[in-house]
Amino acid sequence: MHAETEILFRDSASKALLDPQLRANFRRAMDGLITKRRNQFPDPADLQDLRDLSTAIRSRSLLSLPELLEQFEANCTKNGIQVHWAETCEQANELILGILRSKNAKTLVKGKSMVSEEMHLNAFLESKGIEALESDLGEYIIQLDGETPSHIIMPAIHKNKDQIARQFSQKIKDAKYTEDVDELTAMARKVLREKFLHADAGLSGVNFAVAETGTLCLVENEGNGRMSTHVPPLHIAVMGLEKVVACLEDVAPLYAILTRSATGQAVSTYFNLISGPRGTDEKDGPREVHLVILDNGRSRIYADPQLRATLRCIRCGACMNHCPVYTRIGGHAYEATYPGPIGKILTPQMEGVGVRHDLIHGSSLCGACAEVCPVEIPIPEILVRLRREATHEDVGSNVIGRGTGRTATEDWAWRLWGGVLKRPALYRVATWFATRLGKALPAGAPLIKNWTRTRSKPVPARRSLSERMRAEGGSNE
Amino acid sequence: MREVYFYGTCLVDLFFPDAGMAGIQLLRQAGVKVVFPEGQTCCGQPAFNCGYWEEARDVARTQVALFPKDLPVILPSGSCAGMMKVHYPELFHGQPDEARVRAFSARVYELTQFLVDVLDVKLEDLGEPVKVTWHSSCHAVRDLGLKGEPQALIGQLANVELAPLTREHECCGFGGTFSVRQPEISGVMSCDKAADAEATGASVVLSTDGGCLLNVNGTLEAKQSPLRVQHIAEFLWERTHAR
Repeated sequence: MHAETEILFRDSASKALLDPQLRANFRRAMDGLITKRRNQFPDPADLQDLRDLSTAIRSRSLLSLPELLEQFEANCTKNGIQVHWAETCEQANELILGILRSKNAKTLVKGKSMVSEEMHLNAFLESKGIEALESDLGEYIIQLDGETPSHIIMPAIHKNKDQIARQFSQKIKDAKYTEDVDELTAMARKVLREKFLHADAGLSGVNFAVAETGTLCLVENEGNGRMSTHVPPLHIAVMGLEKVVACLEDVAPLYAILTRSATGQAVSTYFNLISGPRGTDEKDGPREVHLVILDNGRSRIYADPQLRATLRCIRCGACMNHCPVYTRIGGHAYEATYPGPIGKILTPQMEGVGVRHDLIHGSSLCGACAEVCPVEIPIPEILVRLRREATHEDVGSNVIGRGTGRTATEDWAWRLWGGVLKRPALYRVATWFATRLGKALPAGAPLIKNWTRTRSKPVPARRSLSERMRAEGGSNE
Repeated sequence: MREVYFYGTCLVDLFFPDAGMAGIQLLRQAGVKVVFPEGQTCCGQPAFNCGYWEEARDVARTQVALFPKDLPVILPSGSCAGMMKVHYPELFHGQPDEARVRAFSARVYELTQFLVDVLDVKLEDLGEPVKVTWHSSCHAVRDLGLKGEPQALIGQLANVELAPLTREHECCGFGGTFSVRQPEISGVMSCDKAADAEATGASVVLSTDGGCLLNVNGTLEAKQSPLRVQHIAEFLWERTHAR
């Protein structure tokens, strides 16, 4: 059975390739990030040690995830953080709406959160009459244009300075046109400061959730995370259920490798440890802190021993920075919340391997992603596993849409391929014809046509290696 | 006398037999007896990568059976060697013949790996001065784990200057079926690689892998560039054997 509405990555990627400005913006930005990361890891052995440690911490955390989540919830509750669980994005959105309405909140100021993007929270709240304003500069820029993030940590990376200058002069009230980065930043800052002061509620994501202490860790560079979580009277945090680690000691190495892998920074400008609402003797901080823990397919991924590695991800974005495909098309072409290599394995697991079959094949399996991943997620291996799941129902897994990417044509092609190659006599006949016909082989077949879009037609040699070795005799037993 | 098996791989068999012959000659030149069993087809990687593991296993089984003796198996390809060495154990995990396949995988080497790490060959350059560039195959480095063996061999040649690519470790865009399933992205990657190679001013691009060769050569030819990619085995043999 074929998936009903397969989303064709090839189409959106081809469209992105036609935009030279977009391609130039990404190539320049990714080159910069690659260099900055490399400079943070001068010693390959030290890097490998830190990767091993980080991988071990994430793997160990996942191994006891159910217990850690229970402990985390208990300690959050003890700290005065009200914990809510959501199986789906719809439930998470409704929970947040309920919390906001209970406080009669009409405006929400947001720190950066990819889980809230996953939930399409902004659109949901707008439809309920609540203003949700992004306060991360990149998120603010794309929100002005009604766009989604094109990168998980640098959401507006698809735009260059000139594009942002034009956009600000058109969309921000009383703004004059300038290409000066400091002036542009000051413009956004002025708007946002007002919003922080008057917002009824703030929302943030969570980078690490510490079970032992019931602490929410938030990594950021602009101070907007701290403003969103400390100035408004109500703070709501959202996180995927995989984010928990056992203790504060676990956070240090993960934080060290996160910022270095992501932006090439040894430390971020801000690192917030949120451990509850304002105490009775305290003069600042929110009066209420809520935490929404989202599943949205994660527990299904968790149940599979191989696919579970997907959940080790600490969302640094290094895989996309180093991906030869992402670098050329940017994040929007993936038509998903999480773009790039991690998105290529996460999205099909969340939405179904049939509808995302083309995305799973949108990789040359070059392995650049796995090489830089700070928690050593074997992305190419998982891609191959998902390709298998997409075309086979009987792998014995719980993957959504398994077998629905299967087509009669591809089935037939691989059966023919195997039928010839497992029979050396048949292969010998086939190569005999291929070498004799050479240039006369048809160029119009669909796959050959795809090849020759940018390449000359491959022409077999006049005699195959096997034939030449047979003629030579001696070496064969 | 040391004895090895040679596995040609389907791309070398059909498109680059000279590279295969050169690989065999290099081994012989180093004093090794080369056995080339009949019945070689393909390592099975295309089907494996596309998720058709039953078909891949059927083919892989017939190939493993061709190499019964406890001898090293040498391939003029990092990608196919990676398939046989690293991915066969995955492919046969839990199968009745897993142990036999694992024993086979342990004997697999890519050609330059064997020349440098096992034979420790010393090459004498007999050629004219030439400038070359090097394209590193993703699977040779990241799957199989080559650690600069090809470059070390090139470095032994006194009259060869190696001009590096700007993006030596970036994929050339081949990726097997990726090249025809995603021809637009693949095509752009290939054109970038070709342009990078042209910008070095080298007169030849060298690589370990037939897939990269087929892809980048096809791209260079389509844009009517005089530059070509040559298999490293062929280049080394041309430079070192007395005519």
